[in-house]
Amino acid sequence: MSSDNIEKAYSKENRELCLSGKGVTKVFGFGNRKTLAVDNVDFEFYTGDLISIVGESGSGKTTLIKMLLGLTSVTDGKIFFMGKERDIRTRQKKKEYWKGIQAIFQDPFSSYNIFNKIDSVLLDCIHMRGGRRLKKKEKIEMMREACSFVNLKFDEMTNKYPFELSGGQMQRLMIARIFLLRPKILLADEPTSMIDACSRATILDMLLKLRDEIGMMIIFITHDMGLAYYVSDTVYIMEKGKFVEYGSADEVVLNPKAEYTKQLLNDVPKIHDPWEFSRNRREVTAPD
Amino acid sequence: MGNIMLEVNGLTTKYVTRFKENVYAVSDVSFTLEEGRSVGIAGESGCGKSTLALSLMGYYFAPLHYIKGDIIIDGKNISGMKPDDVRKNVLGTEIAYIPQAAMNALNPTRKVIKFIEDVIRAHDPKATKKDIFDLARQRFEVLNLPVETLYKYSVELSGGMKQRTVIAVSTILSPKVLIADEPSSALDVTSQKMVIKMIRDLMDLGLIKSMIFITHELPLLYNVTDDIMVMYAAQLVESGTADQMIFDPLHPYSKGLMGSILVPEDGTRDVKLVAIPGTPPNLKKPPEGCRFAERCVYATPKCKVSGVAYHDFDNNRKCRCHMSENELREAYANEQ
Repeated sequence: MSSDNIEKAYSKENRELCLSGKGVTKVFGFGNRKTLAVDNVDFEFYTGDLISIVGESGSGKTTLIKMLLGLTSVTDGKIFFMGKERDIRTRQKKKEYWKGIQAIFQDPFSSYNIFNKIDSVLLDCIHMRGGRRLKKKEKIEMMREACSFVNLKFDEMTNKYPFELSGGQMQRLMIARIFLLRPKILLADEPTSMIDACSRATILDMLLKLRDEIGMMIIFITHDMGLAYYVSDTVYIMEKGKFVEYGSADEVVLNPKAEYTKQLLNDVPKIHDPWEFSRNRREVTAPD
Repeated sequence: MGNIMLEVNGLTTKYVTRFKENVYAVSDVSFTLEEGRSVGIAGESGCGKSTLALSLMGYYFAPLHYIKGDIIIDGKNISGMKPDDVRKNVLGTEIAYIPQAAMNALNPTRKVIKFIEDVIRAHDPKATKKDIFDLARQRFEVLNLPVETLYKYSVELSGGMKQRTVIAVSTILSPKVLIADEPSSALDVTSQKMVIKMIRDLMDLGLIKSMIFITHELPLLYNVTDDIMVMYAAQLVESGTADQMIFDPLHPYSKGLMGSILVPEDGTRDVKLVAIPGTPPNLKKPPEGCRFAERCVYATPKCKVSGVAYHDFDNNRKCRCHMSENELREAYANEQ
């Protein structure tokens, strides 16, 4: 996509409503043991957005993602996909729905079938997009393109099993899958939490590249405000199943309004403004 | 200058694989740790941080093998001791270790007080139940943990609470050195802060004399420890105080590592993250020259052939690089 096109796609009038929800609710258990995991949430996500949902564990982030993916049922409320109410009542319709919406999960090690080689993982994606009739040469060309998109060497990947790769490489292969599938929406559920800080930068840059080059809408789930601030345009803060605050990344991070956001920001380790107890200590023990 | 609590000289250990290949996961590591100070170890995954932690305990079992080097804790050399002696005389009283998944260490069928009983009885078989309970209650009160936790099963506790309980149990005998191996990486930010606050409290109250903290989260390290050491491919490459290391790294690898810092602060959004290109060397056959030479932008032909010692720089810093401090600074200035 050229820069002109990007600007066109991101301008308010041209943005298409991609995914929206009205009064989405999820209740686990019943009677006395009722737990409200997601509580009457409304949202509107547009194409080309990169959205972060931030909250501590147990705030309902993952439940929301599972509902959007259709992995758990919705207790109440409606989810609209590309302007129409989504219909995933049969297996066939679900498959059709998943062509438009895909996910990357937290743990790359358990995301793969250990009996399938890497080529077959990628080949499945080509087939799912309707490339079953293509010639073998064309398929390999597509796989090579996907691998080079994520800086993996395709020739080293063939004839290997996913568990022979490192965590960072596996997560990159996951992104190569997404590149081949080209869904409209990508849900990334803490994709960097099990990867060390050095490979994290590459993963984040690839997500940004997916957005910029393919125009995918990405929902990024995290508990780390630093990550959310770096990647996203819009940040949603989730507390106990509700969005307590949302706005552009700069607005939310630099001028938080909700108490909960302030507390989250305060709990993230920072380098220019260290925690009170570490600051006091450093002043006492600082070398002369 | 406080007493030296831990002194490590040229520690080298290896793993032996199924195919009898040697993997040198810690090679020639030397550092000292003074009383009342804490040091952090940073590095990529697979660089030997956790193996260093295991090696420091002196508790070797296959596939980890000790090759050479001294580990001196408060004047007592523990390297080369038998595993049984180490378990009875060193672990718990001299060194305590908190692994990454510490919360999974609690047996779900026993109450928390039972674990404390086990730890104390292992070192003092004659301890009475009352003594144990008094000690446990006093320690939990000091650390702001609810005393009822002692009579709970581990499944009744939340993740952060479990982690804090494990830390309280493992430091109940007031060890001289605490080794914390990513104690907070499985927790969210709120519980992470509580865990870190507790570890800091332990240090400030003098219940543990010194601490080694391992993580790859640099902003966290800056908040927790006084000094930071950076490890690459089984060797230490640079050490200095936290301020020096975060704001003024000298070694090209530390410089690259500091490029991966993500914090929600004004101005950080516009700075592009830089990942270090390439992959770390294979530790089965470590390269002869500088181990970082393959990935280093400033490498000269000399770097690839001859190795370099871990030598002193100004301001109590140490670095493993062929270039001098001025040369490095010049190189970085030219870059910008």
